[in-house]
Amino acid sequence: MPNNSSAPAPVFYAKNVTKTFGHGKTLVKAVDDVSFSIADGEIVSIVGGSGCGKSVLAKVMLGLYKQNQGEFTYRGKAITDTRSHWNEVQSVFQDPFSCFNQFFSIRSQLKDALNILKVKPSKAEADARVDAGLMAVNITPKDIEGKYPFELSGGQMQRMLLARIFALRPKVLIADEPTSMVDACVRANILDYLMKLKVELGMTIVFVTHDIGLAYYVSDRLFIMHEGKIVESGTPDEVTQHPQSPHTVQLLEDIPEIHKEWLKR
Amino acid sequence: MTKLLKNLLKSPSFIIGMGLFLLTIGGALLLPFFYHVNLGLQASSYASPNGKFLLGCDHLGRDMVSMLIEGLRSSLYVGLLTGVIATTLGTALGIYGGFKGGWMDDFVNLVTNLFLVIPSFVVLILISSSLSKGRSLTLIGLIIGLTTWTWSARAVRAQAASLKSRDHIALARINGANTFRVLTLHILPYLASYVFMIFILQVASGILSEAAISMIGLGPLDTVSLGTILNDAKNQGGFGDGMWWAFMPATVIITVLVFALYIINTSMEGVFNPRLRK
Repeated sequence: MPNNSSAPAPVFYAKNVTKTFGHGKTLVKAVDDVSFSIADGEIVSIVGGSGCGKSVLAKVMLGLYKQNQGEFTYRGKAITDTRSHWNEVQSVFQDPFSCFNQFFSIRSQLKDALNILKVKPSKAEADARVDAGLMAVNITPKDIEGKYPFELSGGQMQRMLLARIFALRPKVLIADEPTSMVDACVRANILDYLMKLKVELGMTIVFVTHDIGLAYYVSDRLFIMHEGKIVESGTPDEVTQHPQSPHTVQLLEDIPEIHKEWLKR
Repeated sequence: MTKLLKNLLKSPSFIIGMGLFLLTIGGALLLPFFYHVNLGLQASSYASPNGKFLLGCDHLGRDMVSMLIEGLRSSLYVGLLTGVIATTLGTALGIYGGFKGGWMDDFVNLVTNLFLVIPSFVVLILISSSLSKGRSLTLIGLIIGLTTWTWSARAVRAQAASLKSRDHIALARINGANTFRVLTLHILPYLASYVFMIFILQVASGILSEAAISMIGLGPLDTVSLGTILNDAKNQGGFGDGMWWAFMPATVIITVLVFALYIINTSMEGVFNPRLRK
């Protein structure tokens, strides 16, 4: 934290942010007039069903999309220089199978990621950081030596994406459904890794998911999204115990029974 | 990659196509070492095939086998030249427009469509006939290449646009890759097999276009091509009186060459696109 007298600017600040695709009759409002702010060190989950605009919002935060209307800032500044933005804000994407370029080895792609850093590590240091990243997700660096993306399983690939984050050590992580493609056991592991990231690196994490049960366990705050709008937000307990929006109720009802019993207690 | 190659070598049509193509290339490159190519006037007009002139002579009494070897070399040269020009230009524009989207894409599309609606063969005729002097083989190749790149641009654009929203592109971008790196390292490799197939078709269409334009008398003035042999046969009465050697061998060579390229393309499509596999 910079030592200045005024209150630090929030990590993300959105005011009436709208992101649309297409024009005329085919106009789609993916994100519709959304306002929020996320403080340093928070874990915020954006929860919603398919096509509610949560991934688009995540990409706006990443600077991959630019909002059409409204104000969006990162630590008080609009995202203009994407390179320096990605130096601090990084992401784990949804589909681990399509995340890597199949023509290059995993290791070379993990090393390639370090190019985004402002202070470029030396070759030896880059190798060491990639090794440390792999170790952090319980993968022996030797095991993936010379391997290509299609030679790994979905769970392993998902862990490669997390290894990339451990190697990069960003200040903010936007995790877009990092557990959607893996089985329950690997999912628990991945959540462990995410918590480890938060504790070790003091990261701010934005967790995008369709699973409100999962979000309940990991987050400090929940945003419920529906058709591009944030229909409800609050602490996990507030949102799950006293849902205000029918869409939240719907999401809660869709959790498998065993969780529901647990939540009602 | 090696697996793809193995699959290709298992496909009989690929073997046949490649065999025929290598045969013609080999003929063009190696035959001059074994056969004395002589384009001089050596016998009487339209001398029939005999022991000395295996495929007879043309209207000027030039040895037909020598003419065909020279013509084949010219046709392959034109084909490769137009193939390289049309594929490079089309791929570069298509991949850039498809990836960038927005007004850049609209602009590239506009230019492509403009070129696409102008019948390239007419342009070819107009340019060729306006250049009555110094119409060389290279110039003809350049003109064909510069008028036929459009459909490779279209095809590549569609493919690049479908790749653009893939996660590995987003990951490459947040890894800090610039547009050039994304295009060359993260999109082009995925399209490589496709671009190669386009290249083969462009070579084939280049050979055909050159033959057609030469056949109607607007071909290169500096050399012999398979098309100019046909043009000579047409203009100098070679189509009559059973003088098959005046036009038949050239026609067969063009047909075999283009046929070989087309079945190479079809068999590659079968291997690269598993949905078409039987």
